[in-house]
Parts: sequence; C-alpha cells; structure tokens
Amino acid sequence: MTLKTTLTINGKDRVVDADPRTSLLDALRHHLDLTGTKKGCDHGQCGACTVIVNGRRINSCLTLACMHDGDEITTIEGLGTPEQMSAMQDAFVRHDGFQCGYCTAGQICSATAMLDEARDGWPSNVSDTLDGDVTLSEAEISERMSGNLCRCSAYPGIVNAIRDVAEGGSK
Amino acid sequence: MNQHLKMDKKEADVIGNMAQGVIGTGAPRRDGPLKVTGQAKYSAEIGDGTEAVGVFVRATIARGRVTGMDRDAARKMPGVLSVIDDARLLRNPAQGTSNAAPVQDPSEVAYFGQPIALVVAETFEQARHAAQSLKVQYDAQDAVTDPSDSRAEMEHPEAKQTEQGDVATAMAAAEFTVDSTYTTQAQNSAAMEPHASIAQWDGDKLTLHGSYQMLKYNRNELADSLGIDPENVRVLAPYVGGGFGSKLGISPEAVGAAIAAKELGRAVRVVMTRPQVFEATMRRSETRQRLRLAADSEGRLTAIDHHASVSNLPGEAFSEPVAMATHFLYAGKNRKYSHEIARIHRTCSGSMRAPGEAVGMLALENAMDELAHTSGIDPVELRLRNIPEVHPENGKEYSSRRFADCLRDGAERFGWSARNATPGQVREGEWLIGLGVASAARGNILQESQARVILHADGSATVETDMTDIGTGTYTILGQIAAEMLGLPLDAVTVRLGDTEFPPAAGSGGSWGASSAGSAVFLACQKLRQSIADMLDTDPSELTLQDGVVTSANRQQPLADLLNEDLTTIGHIEPGETSKSLAHAGFGAHFAEVAVNSVTGETRVRRMLGVFSAGRILNQQTATSQCHGGMIFGIGAALTEDMVHDKRDGHVVNHNLAEYHVPVNLDVPQLDVLFLEERDESANPLQSKGVGELGISGAGAAITNAIFNASGVRVRDYPATLDRVLPGLPAD
Repeated sequence: MTLKTTLTINGKDRVVDADPRTSLLDALRHHLDLTGTKKGCDHGQCGACTVIVNGRRINSCLTLACMHDGDEITTIEGLGTPEQMSAMQDAFVRHDGFQCGYCTAGQICSATAMLDEARDGWPSNVSDTLDGDVTLSEAEISERMSGNLCRCSAYPGIVNAIRDVAEGGSK
Repeated sequence: MNQHLKMDKKEADVIGNMAQGVIGTGAPRRDGPLKVTGQAKYSAEIGDGTEAVGVFVRATIARGRVTGMDRDAARKMPGVLSVIDDARLLRNPAQGTSNAAPVQDPSEVAYFGQPIALVVAETFEQARHAAQSLKVQYDAQDAVTDPSDSRAEMEHPEAKQTEQGDVATAMAAAEFTVDSTYTTQAQNSAAMEPHASIAQWDGDKLTLHGSYQMLKYNRNELADSLGIDPENVRVLAPYVGGGFGSKLGISPEAVGAAIAAKELGRAVRVVMTRPQVFEATMRRSETRQRLRLAADSEGRLTAIDHHASVSNLPGEAFSEPVAMATHFLYAGKNRKYSHEIARIHRTCSGSMRAPGEAVGMLALENAMDELAHTSGIDPVELRLRNIPEVHPENGKEYSSRRFADCLRDGAERFGWSARNATPGQVREGEWLIGLGVASAARGNILQESQARVILHADGSATVETDMTDIGTGTYTILGQIAAEMLGLPLDAVTVRLGDTEFPPAAGSGGSWGASSAGSAVFLACQKLRQSIADMLDTDPSELTLQDGVVTSANRQQPLADLLNEDLTTIGHIEPGETSKSLAHAGFGAHFAEVAVNSVTGETRVRRMLGVFSAGRILNQQTATSQCHGGMIFGIGAALTEDMVHDKRDGHVVNHNLAEYHVPVNLDVPQLDVLFLEERDESANPLQSKGVGELGISGAGAAITNAIFNASGVRVRDYPATLDRVLPGLPAD
C-alpha cells in the first residue's frame, strides 16, 4: 500500500507515492533524490536530518512524509548551491564549521531557522529572562544548537559561523 | 614515470622553498561548498532509489548457536526479497589494516547484537519490518560478558610483560610515590554517518560504495570475505561521514550488501542502524590501569609501573595498547609494564581515535598530577624535570621534540601562574574553579603511499589516489601540496580521492594519512618539476613556478605554453631506516579551566588550550580543527562517554545518541590551539607529523586534573559524572 502526498519542497510541488511508514527523511533521501539531508540516528537524537517545515526546524526522521501534505519544506538544497551559497553556508566554509560534512546540512538548516527564533524573541535555557530581545551570545548560540551533534567536533567553528551571520544581519 | 623514496635518511626542506605560498596557509576546504550545500554524496546516497534495501537481524543472546529462523514467514511479508544467513556474513568487523577477512559465519553468536541475518526487501520500511519480525531459535550457552567476572579467561601476552631495572626497590627507596588505579569505560566512535554500503555486480565485478577509511585494505578484506579475487573488487568512498577508527576495516554491511546484490542480481543498499553501529562495529575497550610512580626529592622519576587490563572477544588479535605513550614520554630508570586481556563476549574491541594514548594518558597524566600534589612541585615543572634526553627504554634519539616548549609556552599563554596549588580555594558563587594540565604525545608513523599527479597541457593539475578524506582535510591538503610544488593557484588543482582504481595510499588512520599520502603527492610533483626543468635544459632548483608561470634564468613563460601534452607521474613513499633508528612522536600540552558545581557536582569546561609541536603544519585551519576534534573527544572521555554493558548478557544498554553522551555544542567552550614552529627532517619529505590523534592524547586528564584543583576530588573512575564528583565535595 502506498500513499500519495504533495509537498512543496524548496518552492516546488513534489509528489511522494510511498509506503505510509516512510519518514519525511527517507522520502527526501530515497524518493525525491534530495540526499543533502542526512540520517545519523533515525531517532531524533542527533539533528543531522534537520529541515525547515513551515518556517520551523524539525527532525525529519521523527515525522512521516504523509503527515505533510501541503506543507512548505526547505532543505539544504533550497538554501543555496555551491556557486551561490547562502550567507550561512558561506560562513560555515569560512569558519571551518564542519569536517566530515555529515551533520552539516542539519547544522545549517537548524542555524538558519534558529536565527528567526531568536529574532522573534524566543527564550532558551540560558536566557536571562523569558521576555524581551535575545542577544545571540556564544552561550545562546551553543545552547540553541545543542540539538545538532557534531562528532568531528566543529562546534567552535559552528558558533563562529553563526555569530558571523547573526552579527551581519543577513542569512 | 615514477618517483620513489624510501625514507632512509633526513630529507632537506624542499616545499618550504617554493614560491606559491599556499602550503601551511589556512586555505578553506576544497570540498566545503559541496558539503555545505548537500551536494557531496555519501555512500548510502549513490543509488537512484531503485536499489533493494537490506536490514540486519541482531542476535538477542550473548553466546550460542542459531539453530533456526522462520525465514518462510519473513519471506512472505510484503516486499521481502530474501533472508540471507550466508556463512560468509561477518561475525566481527575487520581490525584496521588486517587486509584479510575477519571472523565470519554469523550462525555462531559471540556477542549480543551480532548480525545474524540480512533481510532484503524492495524498500527500507519493508525490510525493517521483516527484520524485526523474524523469529530466531538459538541454542544459547553461558557467556562471560564482564571483564571483572572471576570466570573470565585472562590472557597475558608475553611480549607485553616487561621490566627494566628494579621497580620494587625504586619504589621502596623513593621520596615520593604514587600508587593509584584508574578505570576508563568502553566507548564508541559514533561517527555521524552510520556504516553504509551500496553493492552492485557487473558479472564477476563488484563495485562497492562504502563508508571506509583505508580502501586498499578494505578491498582485500571484502574480496577475502567473499572468496573472490581483489582484482574484481572496486571500492569507492569519495566522502566519508567520519570514522575515528570505526571504519578502518570492512564491516558487516559491506559484505551483506555484496552477497545480497549477487543473489538478487541488482544493487543493494545496507545501512546499519544507530543501535547496530553501537552493537556491531568496533568499540574501544574499557580499561583498568594501575599506575605506580616513584620519584626522588626533586620530583625526578626513578620508576614507572603501568599495568593495564583490557578486554576483547576470544581470538581477536587487537588489544588496546594502553601503555603506548608511557614507554617514551618520561624519564625513569626502572620501568615495568604488564598487560592482560579478558576474553569476554562483548562487541569487538578495536581502534578508536588514538588507541593506547587516548586512555593510557588519562591514567598516566592523572598519576603525574598526583605526584605533583604529593611532592608539592608544580605540575608543569614536574613534567619539565622528567623529559628524558633519549628514549628511556631503547636509547634512541627523538626525531624532533618541542615538548618542553609546549609546556612552557602553554603555561604562559594560559595564565598558569595564577593557579592556586591548593585545591578548592577558588570559588565563584556555587562554582568551584580549577586549572589542570596534562602532556600530549602520540607516536608518529609514515606508511607506504602512492599518488598519481597529472600535469595537464593547459597548465592545470589533477591528483589521484585512493586516499580518503574523512573530515581530515585531505582534499585540501593534497591540493595545497601539488599547488605549492607546481606553482599553481589552488583552484587549478583537482583532487580525486576514495577510489581503488587510483594508486593505493596509506588510508586515514593512525594520524599518518596527510604525511604519507602527502609525501606521495610531493614526490610525484618533484618528478614533474624535473620534467619541466628538462624541457628548459636546466636544473629543478633553478626553476621558480608561481601562479602558472615558469621563471628560469630570467626567462618567464606561462607553464601551459611549455606543455604539449599531459604529463603523468606516480609518487611512491616508503618508510625506511629513519623510522627504525629514531623515536617518532608529536608532542603537546593541554591546559583546562573547569568549574565544578559545589551543589550538584556538575563539571563545566570553561577554557581549554592545546599547544602542539607536530612538524610542519600543512593547513593551519584543518589542523586546528583536527585538534579541536581531539580535545573535544577528550572532554567526552573525561565527562560523559560511557558505553554501558548489562552485566547479565553484555548487551549495550545505551546503544543510541540520547543515552551515549557525546559532547554537544554547549559542553564545549571556544578552544585555543597553538602550533609551535617545527620541522621534522626524519619523518618524511614534507617534514610534517600527524595531528588527528595528538589532540585527544592527554586532553581528558587536563580536565580531571582541573577538577581536582577546583574541588579536591580526585576522580579515578572515568567519566567524571556528577555521582562520582559529588560524594567528595567539601561539606560546606
């Protein structure tokens, strides 16, 4: 049995006709040839599969593709290309915010959406108050990015890259 | 047209005298734009979505035989194509550089979680469902799964029980002694990309896209496992999502995919699940180490005794070489080593980042800190006093060693002099603050390596080798070496890696990759320089190559104008006399500042500095990132990483990334890394040394030593989780 789901991915309507058990992650990787999104654990524990759904970052391994009919999904491929990288992608290269590159798509999607959360004033576990503007200090960035594991341990570069973009005011 | 060098003597600096000026710079990763945009394809991503998918069934006993499985029921499930329990499937993954098949035949179970069958179906969802539904019958046997179990068979390899001098007498006569026992827990490399392979056959020819570190060995291991000629096997791994040792040798999924693909006559993808990565790829052995140190009134060591207990499956040749650095780091006339291996039924033990030093130096550097405290000598000063003139056991000179400078410069840079030597004296609110130091050392090895360099008629160049880039920066570094030697802008050099069709390199492991594969590229380029010189009827030393322009005897011309056709050479480096006649290692010093919560026992790392001397640094940025990675592995080892085995059946209790705690972003402060200027003429023609493992060696001990300075709690059982710190905290 398969289910047909229409998703808007990176601005284009795409139809997935797949087993209803297919996660959004596996649909992207193995049905839609969007392999930029990575599977690190398939348990929502590592963040490598982070994509942006209707403006919010989620773990695409923890949700089924068929639950997203009509949703707007942005993957790493939708943020930029090697010839035209987004500001965040470019900053990750300049600050060496990765080594093996396997967690990187998730880090960048996560960071991109995280900047919006901060701009909207969402507090984090290390915020001093629950209200008011968020200043993206090193600790704020680290806390907000702690759902994205990097075993090569490029955390210093990741924080520097995000800070660079946050302070540049663009993404 | 080849250029061969056996490293039999010192090699003068060549690359440092070139004109391009790209070597050593922090050139951004060449593979960066592909990786940050999701365009770099890793092994599981090579397929077109039509490949069949295999999922492993795991053993749910620790030891015994598989007597049957309900394959017919599984076979009838939707989409299922085959249930494979072929005797060629791997029981254990291959050890690094083994070059031959590891232990096979999954019908005999040696550890809980061992792959016993591969279910192949049209889709992942179907294969997963059938694999989880498969009923398996066993003839279970009693299994010893805990190294402290009195029934565990203990092996004492003769070559690893050594003594020089008389440690007992030295201990008795010493002014200061330390006698402490430390334990470290089993660990998993936990590379972010799970082990993944796609296999496809064309007649007798197998092509495997696999996530592997050392392709020339992996090809032979895979061929031997399948019983076929290695000539018929091609392995590709252009992008590898981290390894850290876990992808050194061929693993179950490669052999499973190859067998299934042959049987079904179509491509098959097998990706191990995260729990399977924990259960059925290499783990680092837990260790139990007793360190005894004896010193005179000046703190000069008179004796070192390092005993290590580790474990592995019966019959496995590898055992964690715990005392590796203890042999050469410090002076001391009387020295003793003992090593025992508990043969138990747990997941196979093998190499994980810096096998030996990573755990051995935790104990050694903690013991040195204990000696410093007991003797009242500053820990930096104590280490400086114990740097040996020559290798203390075989009398060899060191190839190069700025160990003392690492300690001194690091102390200065870190503000070590502000440290209060009395533990528990510095408090900020509920946090106790402390500083710790530890030495870093990791043996440096050159391995045979080949690379092809093609200088194209248009003045660009291509480097080809089966070397891998597992995040280490190989694409960038090999490009820099060729660009420097040939006088080309970096973007005029294309680097192609990770394909056994290319000349065989050393592979990524043992920190030898960049120096070994890099030397092969260097040699090939040297030959090309000779060819260019020959065309101009001059000597290579008279040539200046820069930005694609050749300058010789006041004549300048574009390199491309000189070339009528592609010139192809293979560079070939081999270790020689220098590796035998000298002691080779990279050195360094770690400094850490921690805050220990006086209420909860939680430790936060606030600052960390690593100062390293590792020969020529080929790329400042990628080398720094490698050291960051090592230091953060050290934070994990010190504070969080602990692979827990159930005492009853040895199963891995925390076989996932929520419960096996690798450091997360907030666990890591901004890190400071400093490389000292050094050239090692005896290491290789690039005069470089490895850095991938140096950064972890000793790092965790700097943190636990800082915990002691902060709180007075000496953690000897790793990791220093809250429960191990809290009971020792001051009552106030």
